[in-house]
Amino acid sequence: MSAVAAPRSQLAGHRVGQFALALLAALLLVVALGPLLAPDGPSEIVGAPFSAPSATHPLGTDYLGRDVLSRVLNGGRSVVFYALLAMATAYTVGGLAGLVAGLRGGFTDAALMRLMDVVLAFPPILLLLVLAAGTGGSTAILVAGVALVNVPGIARVVRAATAEVATKGYVEAAVARGARTPSILARDVLPNIASTVAADAGTRFAISILLAAAMNFLGVGIEPPSPDWSVMITENRSGLTLQPWALAAPALLLAALTVTVSVVADVLTRERRSAR
Amino acid sequence: MAGVGRHSLRGLIARRIAITVGLLWIISLLVFAATQVLPGDTASAILGKTATPESLAQLRAQLGLDRPVTEQYLDWLGGVVSGDLGRSLAAGLPVGELIGDRVGATLVLAAVTLVLLVPIALALGVLSGMRRDGKLDQLVSWLTLAGVAVPEFVTGTLLALLLATWLGWLPAVSLIPPGESPLAHPQFMVLPVLTLLVAGLASTVRLVRVGVAEAAESGYTEMARLSGISERRVVRRWVLPNALAAGVQVIALTAQWLVGGIVIVEMVFQYPGVGQTLVQSVQSQDIPVVQAVALIIAAIYVLLNLLADVALVLLVPKLRTRR
Repeated sequence: MSAVAAPRSQLAGHRVGQFALALLAALLLVVALGPLLAPDGPSEIVGAPFSAPSATHPLGTDYLGRDVLSRVLNGGRSVVFYALLAMATAYTVGGLAGLVAGLRGGFTDAALMRLMDVVLAFPPILLLLVLAAGTGGSTAILVAGVALVNVPGIARVVRAATAEVATKGYVEAAVARGARTPSILARDVLPNIASTVAADAGTRFAISILLAAAMNFLGVGIEPPSPDWSVMITENRSGLTLQPWALAAPALLLAALTVTVSVVADVLTRERRSAR
Repeated sequence: MAGVGRHSLRGLIARRIAITVGLLWIISLLVFAATQVLPGDTASAILGKTATPESLAQLRAQLGLDRPVTEQYLDWLGGVVSGDLGRSLAAGLPVGELIGDRVGATLVLAAVTLVLLVPIALALGVLSGMRRDGKLDQLVSWLTLAGVAVPEFVTGTLLALLLATWLGWLPAVSLIPPGESPLAHPQFMVLPVLTLLVAGLASTVRLVRVGVAEAAESGYTEMARLSGISERRVVRRWVLPNALAAGVQVIALTAQWLVGGIVIVEMVFQYPGVGQTLVQSVQSQDIPVVQAVALIIAAIYVLLNLLADVALVLLVPKLRTRR
């Protein structure tokens, strides 16, 4: 590789990264403030089903005659919220498992990691569908399932980082001092592994959004009256030829969100790598 | 020495097969447990809101759900091993009869996708990997990132909007008449395969690209170039074999992703495959169908992984020396 190529690609990364970051910020603003800007209520029937866009309803109406613009403005919150909730759950469970495995080693380590391998043996969508089968699907299963898919990866990263830190002098000193395990974890281990563990959080967030959206699309997550973007794509499928905006609007917004999150995460990872 | 190598190779493969069998058993246990332990059982799913404690108890006894869980599991597993997959609650038919044609339709979809995907992924990966950070490479890496990031059902919906609604070139749904092969109706396969290709290429091209770029910039290709060997020969002799090994990994990776992708694409285009059956039976809590289909899909997935592992060991001698 020539000496010029690397910095140039980094710069390209910067430009695209900055653009993606700006777009992501704008999207998140729409997601957060959307419900306040919506002209109609998300469940309010305002006209005939699948009416074409007009001055009063710029994106037309959906299969029940509700305003598509208002539903789209309301529909981003659940997409972001459930993905974040699943991530928080996954980091708690996976983080704990990784900390214990990394610090204890031996049998505990082996048992925990084999358990993670079993979860990895399932393709994610299949795992989520099987979990949903007992109840026919619910938001609790959605969050638990998306979290479960993320747990093994997080546990592995935390375990590796913890095992490395555990051999450091300050941890051995704390052990020799007679400090208790929770205190060692909180004061000596966590602060030193935090940046490593957070490195791929962006990528995991993107994956969580994708998985949750797929479950909602398949009708085993969020229930239909909610104006979730992925739910909207499913419920307006029959209007594909009549009123394509009822599908195109939520589809484009969802795609914009997942792409910008992934691009920002990707650029951040590359920056980190080249900074080292 | 050759004898020793052969022996350890056979041992390695035998070990992988043993692990696979163990994994299949654990998967059967998990599939059964997940559909049993969670709230709501088959009886309450059938009776729905009309259920009374008496009618529930009666139906549970009739379906054998009042027996100990281990007995139910062994009974189910025994049936599966001897080819009896149980009976659908919704359709009242044996599961095998219900999904027979559908498994075939799904396998056709998967096969057509793989046959197109692997060569395209290898070609794009080699072209962009050979000139890392060139124009094509930059374009490919941003496009693949976008491809990975957009959910398949969004890609499929947007493709249907473009090619079916606005351009009118293709049917928007794949309504293949029951009992007929999807191969007899190629127009119904274009959109599902295209959607899977867009998403599949994105992840696989990235993998091949990294493998090729590493080989192209490695010490041994540098050495070959310095010895005056032509670039074309360097590519054919050293870079491509490495890309081929990456290709096997591509198939394994694709298999994992394809399972989820196919389920979603079948729902987007109403393609009459086994993924559609799985989703519909999850929605209607048709537990016997969910168990059977989930087990079949997981088994195919695990077996594909095994095949890819063995092929990789045969292709890349370096891996044999580990352990």
